Amino acid sequence: MFRYCVSKSPLLKTCKGQALRIIGIQTTVRDAHFKFVADPPKREFGETQKMNLFQSLTSAMDITLENDPTALVFGEDVAFGGVFRCTVGLADKFGGHRVFNTPLCEQGIVGFAIGAASAGATTIAEIQFADYIFPAFDQIVNEAAKYRYRSGGLFECGKLTIRAPCSAVGHGALYHSQTPEACFAHVPGLKVVMPRSCIQAKGLLLACIQDPNPCIFLEPKVLYRSAEEEVPIGEFTLPLGKAEVLIEGSDVTLVGYGTQIHVLKEVAQMAGEKLGASCEVIDLATILPWDSDTVCKSVEKTGRLLVSHEAPLTAGFAGEIASTVQKECFLNLECPIERICGYDTPFPHIFEPFYMPDKWRCFEAIKKMMNY
Amino acid sequence: MFRLLTRAVSKTRYGILCQNSTKKCIPASFLKNSYSIEATDDKPQYPGYKTEYVHKLEFLEPNTEDGIPVYRVMSREGAIIDETQDPKLDNETLVKMYKSMSMLNSMDRIMYESQRQGRISFYMTNYGEEGTHVGSAAALEDRDLVFGQYREAGVLMWRGFSLGEFMDQCYANINDPAQGRQMPVHYGSKKLNFYTISSPLATQMPQAAGAAYAVKLSEEPDRCVICYFGEGAASEGDAHAALNFAATLDAPCIFFCRNNGYAISTPTSDQYRGDGIGGRGPGYGIITIRVDGNDLLAVYNATKRARKIAVEESRPVLIEAMTYRVGHHSTSDDSSAYRSVDEVNYWDKKDHPINRFRLYITKRGAWDDDKDKEWKKLSRKQIMEAFAASEKRLKPSPKHLFTDVYHDVPAHLQKQMNEMREHVKKYKEHYPLNNHEPM
Repeated sequence: MFRYCVSKSPLLKTCKGQALRIIGIQTTVRDAHFKFVADPPKREFGETQKMNLFQSLTSAMDITLENDPTALVFGEDVAFGGVFRCTVGLADKFGGHRVFNTPLCEQGIVGFAIGAASAGATTIAEIQFADYIFPAFDQIVNEAAKYRYRSGGLFECGKLTIRAPCSAVGHGALYHSQTPEACFAHVPGLKVVMPRSCIQAKGLLLACIQDPNPCIFLEPKVLYRSAEEEVPIGEFTLPLGKAEVLIEGSDVTLVGYGTQIHVLKEVAQMAGEKLGASCEVIDLATILPWDSDTVCKSVEKTGRLLVSHEAPLTAGFAGEIASTVQKECFLNLECPIERICGYDTPFPHIFEPFYMPDKWRCFEAIKKMMNY
Repeated sequence: MFRLLTRAVSKTRYGILCQNSTKKCIPASFLKNSYSIEATDDKPQYPGYKTEYVHKLEFLEPNTEDGIPVYRVMSREGAIIDETQDPKLDNETLVKMYKSMSMLNSMDRIMYESQRQGRISFYMTNYGEEGTHVGSAAALEDRDLVFGQYREAGVLMWRGFSLGEFMDQCYANINDPAQGRQMPVHYGSKKLNFYTISSPLATQMPQAAGAAYAVKLSEEPDRCVICYFGEGAASEGDAHAALNFAATLDAPCIFFCRNNGYAISTPTSDQYRGDGIGGRGPGYGIITIRVDGNDLLAVYNATKRARKIAVEESRPVLIEAMTYRVGHHSTSDDSSAYRSVDEVNYWDKKDHPINRFRLYITKRGAWDDDKDKEWKKLSRKQIMEAFAASEKRLKPSPKHLFTDVYHDVPAHLQKQMNEMREHVKKYKEHYPLNNHEPM
């Protein structure tokens, strides 16, 4: 009932400019920095239904709560449906003891989740924005990631999944835009995952929940409403640690994850049309442990690699990919590996269009690589 | 959809506004926490408060002069002060309690010395706090889960962790279930429901609250969780998180604070200005008691009642046990640099939990000097035997550097394991391979 009211509210239309005009505010709204193109439906997983990204996540949690009586979903404001609507209806369906609000304290949320997971509950903890995951950094890095190792498997918290909305949203500035995957990629014991689409989000979230290791699931929040796909309504999982070749090509390998995949797909098309360059686009999907085999195999074929992510350049995950590929594919490389990333600044408000590793920056890099 | 904004929106949505305009849109279950507004001017209507207005300016003073009293059952001479408070435990239990404390004390002495001789890398003694461990452990069921800090070895001793298990961990040999990965005294036992210790302080506290919540919803809900921590750890943000989460989520968790006066060199006067840790309990809505930590029977009674409250009423309890850290913080610390020998001697000689308990059980006729002498000899012999056996055992295979990082060893770690193996083979004279099981 409530879900109906909110989703019909004209103020919550996906298009910001349209929503603002309703209440009389004129604004110049820039186009999104990417174009979402839906993947073809995965019929092998049965009946599908049109869902946006937040609905596909709700569906994954719904299935988990239904099938696993120990499963718990909690965090700040999740009981009424969550500030991004990802948990709408779940508390009503499964009870306030299984889907509940916590006090406003991220270190508490993750600590609580580790404890519950270690005592046998499947825990899905939500951090409201990835920008606010840092108070829980100690619990994630020193505790969750090391629980099994330090006890020799006597105790573990593999049933833990932490969900957090991440990445640019157009106007999120410093603390509603960050993509902190590289911080966690440096932590042995964790799995770090980021989907690009609704089908992938559901399949990978279910895989994280069922994986016997603590997982951090980063959700590009700009896709919550803007992405829509035919998503299988039943349970299915997609493999963790496996990259996906989305477009095959022979001249340049483009690697990314999350929203940036949609930028790279458009760049591949532009490079084909304007430069005659055939680009292979790879979605890493899992950042730790990452699928170096698929990436290296591609670079052996193309001889050129561009890695792109929204997070800052220095010590970003592109650095890890570049150095590995440089070692494994040294004889195949025909030009230096390019990294098109956010700049080494905090994420700015009004300068977001200039900060982003957008299609033009990526296009220019490919142009240089082809002419090297 | 921003954090500050959404907070404001959800507040109004579920607060005053929802009473009128949007009520129909909201599932009934979410309205249970909203409140009805009375049409009177002289009663405060703030959400979540039951209080009165006052018309004189007055700040609330903290009450530190006249703090929470310390619950005590026995005098320093081991005499019961109020007979109604004697738990009247049977002799067998009393002797087991005494033996656990004194065995721990003897083991501490030997392990401390062995660190001094460089035979193990590190150690932390439990001197002066043995009563808090055994008194609380004995009041619990063995199926209750324990989360500790690092100075609670007596809980394991009570539950039946063997001398060999203690020493195998300290020696990091092949019998350590954690394959020697952690520093000494970071014990853990799945079968005794004692969570493996980790060094970061207070991290176990919100975890204990979460485990208690899971236990409450599990198929064996008649269990609770106990979480030990020092008064220094209570300053960490995680302590705040834990107490607040346990209270708001009705977690059956006993928070047991060992207030021993020092966090390494920092006295409590540099640690807090309120009425100890107990003084904070009521602020979180947590039922609280302060006990004499050197009085095993007081600790026992308080924990016994706390367990009943936690399990039957499904709510957290805070126990602050006042005690004194008689030993150095660790083998890496010389406490004479920041406190007087007289102070330490007072607690060691005049107010010690083991001495007090021995006087009590002797008065009860459960123990005597001859038995004591014989037990000291026997326990020493058992410790020395376990010590020698653990010292002789090989260290685990170097391959265990890579196992248990994940449930399975992922490809990149397999690769690094092979690289290490090849490298060490090539440079074998530079690595202590003889101490370890083969790779």
